[in-house]
Amino acid sequence: MPPSAIDGTLIFALAPFVAAALGPWLKSLVGHRAGWILAIVPALLFVHFAQMVPAIADGSVLRAGIDWIPSLSIRYSIRLDGLSLLFALLITGIGTFIVIYSGGYLKGHPNQGRFFSFILLFMGAMLGLVIADDLMSLFVFWELTSITSFLLIGFDHTRSASRRAALQALVITGGGGLALLAGFLLLMISTGASSLSDVLASGDAVRDSAAYLPILILVLGGAFAKSAQVPLHSWLPNAMEAPTPVSAYLHSATMVKAGVYLLMRLNPAFGDTLLWETILPIFGGATFLTGMVLAVRNTDLKQILAYTTVASLGVLVFLTGIGTEMALTGAVLYLIAHALFKGGLFMVAGTIDHETGTREIDGLGGLAGKMPITFFAALIACLSMAGLPPLIGFVAKEVLYEGLWHASGVSLALAVAVLGNAMMFAVAVILVFKPFLGAHQETPKPAHEGPISLWLGPIVLGLLSLVGALGLEATTHAIVGPMASAVAGRPLDLHLHLIPTGLKPPVILTLITIALGVVFAVVYRPLRRLFVSVLDGIGWGPDRGFDQILRSLVFLASGLSDILQPGRMKGYVTITFLAVTVGLLVPMWLFGEFPTFMGINADAPFYFWVVLGIAAASLLAVLVAQTRLIAIVTLGIQGTMVAIIFMLYGAPDLSFTQFMVEILSVVILALVMTRLNLSPTDHRPFPTRLRDGALALACGGAFTLALIAVIEQPFDPRVSEFYAEYARAIAHGRNIVNVIIVDFRGLDTLGEISVVMCAGLAILALIRLKSRENRGPLARPDLDQGESLKEAALDQ
Amino acid sequence: MSTIIFRTIAPYIAALAVLFSIFVLLRGHNDPGGGFIGGLIAASALSIYGIAWGVAPVRRALLVHPIALAGFGVFLAAFSGFLSFFVGKGFLSGLWVTLHLFGVEIPLSSVMLFDTGVYFTVVGAITTIALTLEEPEQE
Repeated sequence: MPPSAIDGTLIFALAPFVAAALGPWLKSLVGHRAGWILAIVPALLFVHFAQMVPAIADGSVLRAGIDWIPSLSIRYSIRLDGLSLLFALLITGIGTFIVIYSGGYLKGHPNQGRFFSFILLFMGAMLGLVIADDLMSLFVFWELTSITSFLLIGFDHTRSASRRAALQALVITGGGGLALLAGFLLLMISTGASSLSDVLASGDAVRDSAAYLPILILVLGGAFAKSAQVPLHSWLPNAMEAPTPVSAYLHSATMVKAGVYLLMRLNPAFGDTLLWETILPIFGGATFLTGMVLAVRNTDLKQILAYTTVASLGVLVFLTGIGTEMALTGAVLYLIAHALFKGGLFMVAGTIDHETGTREIDGLGGLAGKMPITFFAALIACLSMAGLPPLIGFVAKEVLYEGLWHASGVSLALAVAVLGNAMMFAVAVILVFKPFLGAHQETPKPAHEGPISLWLGPIVLGLLSLVGALGLEATTHAIVGPMASAVAGRPLDLHLHLIPTGLKPPVILTLITIALGVVFAVVYRPLRRLFVSVLDGIGWGPDRGFDQILRSLVFLASGLSDILQPGRMKGYVTITFLAVTVGLLVPMWLFGEFPTFMGINADAPFYFWVVLGIAAASLLAVLVAQTRLIAIVTLGIQGTMVAIIFMLYGAPDLSFTQFMVEILSVVILALVMTRLNLSPTDHRPFPTRLRDGALALACGGAFTLALIAVIEQPFDPRVSEFYAEYARAIAHGRNIVNVIIVDFRGLDTLGEISVVMCAGLAILALIRLKSRENRGPLARPDLDQGESLKEAALDQ
Repeated sequence: MSTIIFRTIAPYIAALAVLFSIFVLLRGHNDPGGGFIGGLIAASALSIYGIAWGVAPVRRALLVHPIALAGFGVFLAAFSGFLSFFVGKGFLSGLWVTLHLFGVEIPLSSVMLFDTGVYFTVVGAITTIALTLEEPEQE
């Protein structure tokens, strides 16, 4: 592979984003056929990545990158080895069929163009994620997949179930993303690695790091949330609210595997520790069994598939945690098999839904005759899912059992695997028998075969499961071997067989699984009733827990805003003054930094004392004034005296401004008074006046103390000297204050005048709103919504 | 507030104060003054005029809504900052040009443009507040 090709990948990998921008336009141009045109992009990318297979199979690792944000040493860099290449092939390959499928599935949907756009955006994000080398760019793509997943789940945004599912997925995977970011930052700080290549090349650095435990927990949090491990799995079945192409693509074949991808990717650096080998199998195994039980419990085709996906993700995490060569190989094979059969099965489920109008498994039957091609695709996929020869799912299960057997012998892990796989077998049998065979059932729409765009994907994926297994030697050499080596972190020499070489433990385990699976399939109905009654008996799950947590958050937030935002001016002013007083006095008291008053210059000129005296007298007048107007004016007098003090001590600019501000604030305060129709006299009772006055004095006193304490610090003249020296030389100005404002610290000023403008705008809106309210009742949307949310929370 | 003396004198005061505010703005770089103070002076001039003669004449005299002046000010200040990009310097770097008109040397700068932006923002925002408050409640 010439070096230029991988540099090209850097650019080509962004092609889906361009296609996403073109999607709506193409849709408006050629209608639903745009799917066929847009599919060219992932197809070409697939070819591009397929060309790299030989080089990667020879053990090379291709890398390229450019600086993205050099000041933070963040790069946009990619790394292609067996692991990322396989994911890239899956994303682009399955993506091609998904885009075609979306063309047929959403034919006539008013927002189909937007859908193309979203799904291609997701494709770009997912591709970027799996080939990213730099940790930060990986994180960015990781979050981008969460966001695009949010958009796609909520695609049907008029239904509240979709919106809830979208929000739930975003909260859980986005929250996991934040944990991941924290983990990555900690990783970068403690090991100095900034890219996956650095991490993988660091040997034992991560494991020996003092921060290994927090890093591991944070990274696992991110990966588990994304890959729907118990108890964070509830978003995945709910995500089935999305159109079926989304479920097939994001929520079975690609995005949900991002967490597994990350675990596999980090296995060489993170794995092989007691923690890793304990946490992963426990969560993976629990997820496997939970997923299978819930899959049996459900009757909706997509829900069944969603829960088997949860279970399969559990298997992958489980095997990655066990970490022996054979277990990792099993994980790799299972990942490939699962992407092929589950992607296909989701598309089949979508086709059934599309052509019959129902997805209820009890309402379907005898479709094999009406939809022969779809039936064939479903049959192959289910055979692979059940783990029967001669499909890739069979090989995966054999290797899985072999890995478990060698790792632990007869153990709890093995029992979990056999039990889960038997249930998987039963579900696969049901998925073939119920909808396709047996007596024909009437469906909302008369069943018929879908168009080519709907069955092309499932058929090709099914055939790939078959071809991949029949040509196992080539598959192993080109795909499985390099990927397993990348996961293990060292080259593996694999020899896999489609036909078992003898009656070894894996074969016996397979036979047990099949026997158990047949039993489960026969007693499927009672089994489901049992699970339903047990789960209803428990009556609580993470899905409800999610709602409870969200409700408590809303409750807490609205309670807090009720305290902090009472909607009364007096309340705000009291809180602000109190906070300022406490904030100034408490640190001074804690650290003993009260001013010493040593530096007070008592022999100031006579006129200074006069000015100060007038200021103090006018302050007193403010406190005791009976008329509001007098209080406002005397406050103005006090401010003017301060301006004179500034003038006396050589700050003409400051003094000038202070004068103007005082005049304007008196004018504006007086205007506010007339505007609000305040009574001219102050009616506060004496205790209230005493309290308000004490608070005002305390706040002012605290400020005075703080300022005196600051002045008592030794003065460092460097900054002043700098300005004095350079104001004229650099900025061509003699007025240092002005030069600082407009030149040296121009950016600050720009921010300040923006604030001034916004304040003006806000006050304008406020006064306008007030006068409009007088005209007629006007709903205040923000408050109303807050109230209703709170009421909703109380109702629950 | 609308005594005959005040109403007679207010336009003159306002006109002089606006003129003075421009003077203060322009001298600001070398002597006490600048956009902020100038803006405050102009704002007080306009509100005096408004108190004397009512809000409508002030709005007529301004031609645009005062908040638009504030927006223009922020725009001008930001724009002056972008000018330095054309000569390859960082955001808000000061640029100076000296013009010779009728034998007089006139130094112009992006900094002055920036200060003018500050002036307009302050005039606009304060006048907005003052005029809105001065206006009698509609209907």
